[in-house]
Amino acid sequence: MGKLLVEDKTIVTPGEELAEGMDFLPAEGTFRDKDKIIASGLGLVSINGRLIKTISMAGKYIPKKGDTIIAKVTDILMSGWILDINSSYSAVLSVKEARDFIRRDADLTRYYDIDDYIVTKIVMVTSQRLVDASMKGPGLRKLIGGRIIKVNSNKVPRIIGKGGSMVSMIKNATGCSIIVGQNGIVWIQGLPKNEIIVVKTIRKIEQEAHISGLTERIKAFLEKGTNKKIVVEKVE
Amino acid sequence: MAYIKRNDGRKFDETRPIEARVGVIKNSDGSAYFKMGKTIAYAAVYGPRSIHPKFLQNPRNGKLRCFYNMMPFSSMGERVRPGANRRAKEIAMVTEKALLPVVDLTQFPNSVVDVFIELPQTDAGTRCAGICAASMALADAGIPMKDMVASVSVGRVDDALIVDLDYSEESYENGTVADIPTAIISRTGEISLLQMDGKLSREDLKKAIEMAKKACSKIDKIQRDALKKKYEVKNE
Amino acid sequence: MNREQKDHILNFLEQGIRFDGRKLDEYRPIKIETGFSENAEGSAKATIGDTVVLAGVKLSVGEPYPDTPDEGTMMINAELLPLSNPDFEPGPPGIQAIELARVVDRGIRESEAIDTKKLCIKKREKVWSITVDICPINDDGNLFDASMLAVAAALKNTKFPSYDGEVVDYKKKTKESLPLKKLPVSCTVIKIGDYFIVDPTPEEEEKIEARLTVEVEEDGTLCALQKGGDKPLTAEDIDKMVEIGIKKSKELRKLL
Repeated sequence: MGKLLVEDKTIVTPGEELAEGMDFLPAEGTFRDKDKIIASGLGLVSINGRLIKTISMAGKYIPKKGDTIIAKVTDILMSGWILDINSSYSAVLSVKEARDFIRRDADLTRYYDIDDYIVTKIVMVTSQRLVDASMKGPGLRKLIGGRIIKVNSNKVPRIIGKGGSMVSMIKNATGCSIIVGQNGIVWIQGLPKNEIIVVKTIRKIEQEAHISGLTERIKAFLEKGTNKKIVVEKVE
Repeated sequence: MAYIKRNDGRKFDETRPIEARVGVIKNSDGSAYFKMGKTIAYAAVYGPRSIHPKFLQNPRNGKLRCFYNMMPFSSMGERVRPGANRRAKEIAMVTEKALLPVVDLTQFPNSVVDVFIELPQTDAGTRCAGICAASMALADAGIPMKDMVASVSVGRVDDALIVDLDYSEESYENGTVADIPTAIISRTGEISLLQMDGKLSREDLKKAIEMAKKACSKIDKIQRDALKKKYEVKNE
Repeated sequence: MNREQKDHILNFLEQGIRFDGRKLDEYRPIKIETGFSENAEGSAKATIGDTVVLAGVKLSVGEPYPDTPDEGTMMINAELLPLSNPDFEPGPPGIQAIELARVVDRGIRESEAIDTKKLCIKKREKVWSITVDICPINDDGNLFDASMLAVAAALKNTKFPSYDGEVVDYKKKTKESLPLKKLPVSCTVIKIGDYFIVDPTPEEEEKIEARLTVEVEEDGTLCALQKGGDKPLTAEDIDKMVEIGIKKSKELRKLL
């Protein structure tokens, strides 16, 4: 026995009752209080069979193992580098985890210097939120030039799109290189006027991520900005 | 002389007109604007973020830290010298205690969520407006919260029990006054702020708390509507 | 500072465009609203792009300074509220806030925009005292220019409270404005590489070599200057920046 008290895909506020009865199960962003399921933050309701969760609209990035992120080097130690990962926690990239083998007495700034941006992977997060990063893996590297913008990390899935379809569409339309970190840091490089279109497009996605028909609207926005027709390839 | 009619003509259980908006301070992780009559409060949330110095860190739980300030030109009368005074520090502390029961900071060990409350214009009820704004700002920031908090002052002017005292009522000189700021947790009706200034009987306190609950229930709806409004689908 | 990132900005500037698509001498949209506070004698909110600054004016009656016995007094104060920027810490004004207050103060004072002699009530005993407080709500760069606009608009918006010779009645505002002449306008010009840009965003402020805040009266006379930034400027640089400052101030003045 159970009753839904809200519709799927509506915005709910903390403490709002989403369902009653023991039939439904509280998932992410919700909790059970006696026979009611309650929202535990501001979010978009997502109902999947008996599972009810809320997708957060805001909130700082919380580091997760396996995430590919863009980090900034903020300090250099004997044993490695300290990274700002756009979270209240910083990460450590130890010398052992650099791309290539580094000798003991090497000058670490020659590999990654302070204020360098790198694409890196999170390999461990402890319960006290100590974060270890690694450069061993495909695509992980230092970023040269380009520009960095910060986005709401909750919107990253929409900016990337299913199978990368959204970010690919933007890349193809503007000819820019774009790397989207799971931590909400985005790197863009291309011709100045195209970079500006990329930034405007990403900001639009951030604002409208929760409204249906996003892909069509972004496609139209890009076509208008670049004066080029876009052919969207089907992602198998 | 009995206080039969309120100075601004309101009913005894009526709050002043309220205006509430979220997302008003772009740099912040969450923010809100709350206006109750002539009292205006801004609240900005920054966090979770790292906390310094290190000895303030709590390895088990994130910390909530509140700050309260009235701008020097905010009061009727002479300019108020800026700077944290004892009153501001006490208000900051009770604000923090009012919000703490609903926020869940277990996911952010060693971090802090900072809430800054600033008032550009004041006409009594400032800590209440601040708490209302802060509750919205915390939700806007995506902080995990199991409920929201609304806050209003109730009190007695002569024989009348009233809601949302303005300055003229707080400083009423023709009889005795009791000024009672309260904060109510929406779902449970529990009270997370209670202070009193003045003289009051036990029976009147009971009645006043009931009035506070009713008024806060209305304020709670306004707060939630403001949060949802930010994500409303705008017809282009 | 990451050299390649700076080269990237210079690449943009060379093509006459900035990261947000503006031209080098273009300001973001500016909005000025007055009278947000009924309790202040005068108030204004100035918005440049996403930078929002509040200014409030409070008047009181007090003693004049001994060396100017027949003139009113004026003080400008600024607090970099932590509400407006994650890097601002709570506490007494630091050097950044002090510089902001003093630079705005110099502009208003040196331009003689306020006729302080008209603020005299009784020579050597009673004069009107003006205090302006600058409170940023959101810092998205260029606090100098936004603050100057907010202060100028707040002064224009100010009305004297009633005064019976003994006590000020703040509850009763008169219709009398401050004795103002034309107010100054400020334009902050920054130098990155060989390029000069106005109205910097925080991203641009990070990469500056030097900045020059130019405060200008209506007829183009300079009434205050402040150089900031770590690198020096040549005399040619300064002349060029002053030229830009005077030109832009004409446009900004129309908004007051």
